[in-house]
Amino acid sequence: MIRVAMAYVPSRAAAEEAVQETWIAVVRGIDSFEGRSSLKTWAFRILINVAMRSGARERRSMPFSALAQSEDTGEPSVDPDRFLPADHDLFPGHWAVAPTRWPTPEEGLLAGETREVITTAIAGLPKAQRTVISLRDVEGWSSAEVCEALEISAGNQRILLHRARSRVRSAIEDYHGAVEEIDYDAVTAQIFGDTAVEEKSKP
Amino acid sequence: MTDQPTEPPADDLACTEEVEIITDYLEGALPESDARRLERHIETCPGCTEYLDQMRTLAGSLGDLREEELAPELRAGLIDAFRDFHRS
Repeated sequence: MIRVAMAYVPSRAAAEEAVQETWIAVVRGIDSFEGRSSLKTWAFRILINVAMRSGARERRSMPFSALAQSEDTGEPSVDPDRFLPADHDLFPGHWAVAPTRWPTPEEGLLAGETREVITTAIAGLPKAQRTVISLRDVEGWSSAEVCEALEISAGNQRILLHRARSRVRSAIEDYHGAVEEIDYDAVTAQIFGDTAVEEKSKP
Repeated sequence: MTDQPTEPPADDLACTEEVEIITDYLEGALPESDARRLERHIETCPGCTEYLDQMRTLAGSLGDLREEELAPELRAGLIDAFRDFHRS
């Protein structure tokens, strides 16, 4: 809960306060809880409202669905420079610099230094994306539970999740700097025979 | 037996498209035909194979960040809050 609240308030102390306020609201409101959603998603809906309100004290707070819309900017998931141009003769829109395997320790992606890279990347995400990736991938909620708690559509939820995961993936890649330029001459040679490339490399 | 519809070429999906629909694929939200198209592309594309693997690994690893334990101060604060609530 604190992780989710942190997206909306400036400090851990404020997040703890929001969580506390939420639990009190849950206990107070339990009689009015109608069981139309799970207790868990209901409690998180309260938490997000509380956190948004306290994070936006001066400004008017917007509903989560509006926040979600505002974060769907249609930015590319991977830097466009990583791909060949759309009008490339043989491989339009294919990787120019493909992703390469991360050096993953046996104990998993989060065992080594990458943990810090990932937590920093998540903390730097826009609020709605951060909320969705926290609930889905960190807390392990289903997409239906996330949609219910945040009152957003399944499509909206997927967009936020995709943007969030894409950004975190890029951050890991930037950290490892392990990307490999594809030798398209070699690929072409493999497909069409060596002649084309041999011709070119003749002195 | 009826004529099979002509299969599109194995590689009719650009990698630029693949990276945009990968989450829909992992979420099972792609229409069947699009999912098969994506799978055919991935079979022949090492870059996209690795990309899919990274997105899958990432999604499956973040659960390790979950903190089960509440900070002691917060736990104490919550217990106090409940106590006050019951008294009021």
